[in-house]
Amino acid sequence: MDDSAAKPAQTFRIETAGGAPRIAASIAVLIVLVLALLPMVASRTLVQDFIFLFYMLALAQCWNLLAGYAGLISVGQQAFVGLGGYLLFALTLIGGLNPLLAILLAGVISALCALPTALIVFRLRGAYFAIGTWVVAEVYRLVFAQIKPLGGGTGTSLTSSVTSSVPGIEQVRALLDVRTPAARDIVSYWVALTLVVATLAAVYFILRSRRGLALGAIRDQEAAAAGLGVDIYRIKLAVYVATAAMTGMIGALIYLQKARISPDAAFSVLDWTAYVIFIVVIGGIGTMEGPVIGAVVFYLMQRYLADFGAWYLILLGTLGILIMLFAPRGLWGLILNWRDVTIFPIGDG
Amino acid sequence: MTGWIDAVIQGVLLGGLYALFAAGLSLMFGVMRLVNLAHGDLIVLAAFAILAVATKLGLDPFVAVLVATPILFVLGFALQHVLLNRTLGRDLLPPLLVTFGLSIIIQNGLLQTFSADSQRLRSGPIETASIPLGGGIAVGVVPLLTMLSAIAVIVLLNFIFYRTPVGRAFRATSDDLEVAQLMGVDHRRIFAVAMGLAFVVIGIAALYLGLRANFDPTIGPARLLYAFEAVIIGGLGSFWGTLAGGIVLGLAQTIGARIDPEWQILAGHLAFLAVLVVRPRGLFPRAQD
Repeated sequence: MDDSAAKPAQTFRIETAGGAPRIAASIAVLIVLVLALLPMVASRTLVQDFIFLFYMLALAQCWNLLAGYAGLISVGQQAFVGLGGYLLFALTLIGGLNPLLAILLAGVISALCALPTALIVFRLRGAYFAIGTWVVAEVYRLVFAQIKPLGGGTGTSLTSSVTSSVPGIEQVRALLDVRTPAARDIVSYWVALTLVVATLAAVYFILRSRRGLALGAIRDQEAAAAGLGVDIYRIKLAVYVATAAMTGMIGALIYLQKARISPDAAFSVLDWTAYVIFIVVIGGIGTMEGPVIGAVVFYLMQRYLADFGAWYLILLGTLGILIMLFAPRGLWGLILNWRDVTIFPIGDG
Repeated sequence: MTGWIDAVIQGVLLGGLYALFAAGLSLMFGVMRLVNLAHGDLIVLAAFAILAVATKLGLDPFVAVLVATPILFVLGFALQHVLLNRTLGRDLLPPLLVTFGLSIIIQNGLLQTFSADSQRLRSGPIETASIPLGGGIAVGVVPLLTMLSAIAVIVLLNFIFYRTPVGRAFRATSDDLEVAQLMGVDHRRIFAVAMGLAFVVIGIAALYLGLRANFDPTIGPARLLYAFEAVIIGGLGSFWGTLAGGIVLGLAQTIGARIDPEWQILAGHLAFLAVLVVRPRGLFPRAQD
């Protein structure tokens, strides 16, 4: 101990962020600012489209953290979207809470529910874990379909007193001179923007932390990571619970915006898991940049092709399969092949 | 009391259907460690195929499934050879995501071709025929046939696995892929044969799915979950275990439904989770994975 005091303290500086991330960081701040101000000029449709883009991106980042890093390939994240949505309805309609507070609480309760859920599904490994999470999501759906005060199998709607009790609606209405429904969308837009930025920041800081290093190690070579003393079970559990909390909050926000919930929609595997997986795979799994690209691509496809119904979904499925077979690192992987850039410096090139 | 005995008998027989769903999944996992998320949709696809053959050619579904069997084998062989063999490897993600994509394609393809209307396979008086057991209890002929077919499929699969050269190759590739390759086993062909065989089982499962109840393009994922639950409850790697798993699931569902009709599916899922908590490796485990 003594001679370490005698020597000049050695300091290390490890840089994972080169020039591109710094420029990217400034651009990111700029983009967030522009997005924050967008509702002042944008049409109501565009505002609604962006809310959709934001929550899909946030869900995709969560699933990517879970599957791309922790190796927990879940097909059951709709469990927490639906749980969050239903908690929002229960806390506001029955509990009389303010919707924003309800969103936060939905996150906490989702995490609390995720813990016992994890203890069961973690007994299944690999691909079996995937189907196990799906079974759990079905259990959640069937249980909520039994709760009569929340509408049972047919679902229920938020009263307008709840939807207009979100703080800020009055001010926005007065300030921007819009009607109440438009003001409601704008406030939801800001909440969604906050949530997506918070999710990005949370994922970013988790991945930059010591835990994140361990996660990267698990992603690259699980056996080797375990050999080097990474407590895989604990880290996976922590990631599962953390993503459940984030997913629950996003679910609460989604259903605050939709103002109508039913078990089949809230626990839909297509809407809340299949699309999300598609976004992550198209963009590039196991990177933070991938889901961002994937979300934009998905939004554009949804906007221009969704009218084709079944054909659109067949196209999505085919595209997902082709990407998985021929470009498993997604669009971001293709960009990396062409030029080595990093936007989120999380220590993996 | 009669009601409860009836529920138990129906539950056991329902287990036969679930065992048929699960046998194909069990086969795919046993040979190529493939967990096929499109399994349920493939069963529904096969049911529509039987329906199409039966109506177009004016055949009875039982005959139609015989006609469809070689076609199904070729389809399965091709699917594995062209698509799924490319996804196998150390990484879990490609097979999961490719079969998940396949599931969405099949569902929507069926929706586009056959519409969302629910359908049923028609086979005349046998559909409603039943054998009275006395005391007001009767068993339907179709549920009974389902169970007998499930047992026959399992006996046949066990025979193929343990008594034939191709079965030896199945077991060899399953036990140690590298060594099997060294011994000159063409694992890609073996996998394709296994998938062809799984498709034939899927065809039989589809026949009874369509005879026993209505089906439409969206019901695939739920059948996947039942099949999966039966496999896990029974324990990986044993076909008889899968039958037991199917029966446990069927019993849980009919007993749940007897308490409250809305609890049927939920009771099945809860039984599955309970087995997972108490005996994570299933009731009759064999494989180590």
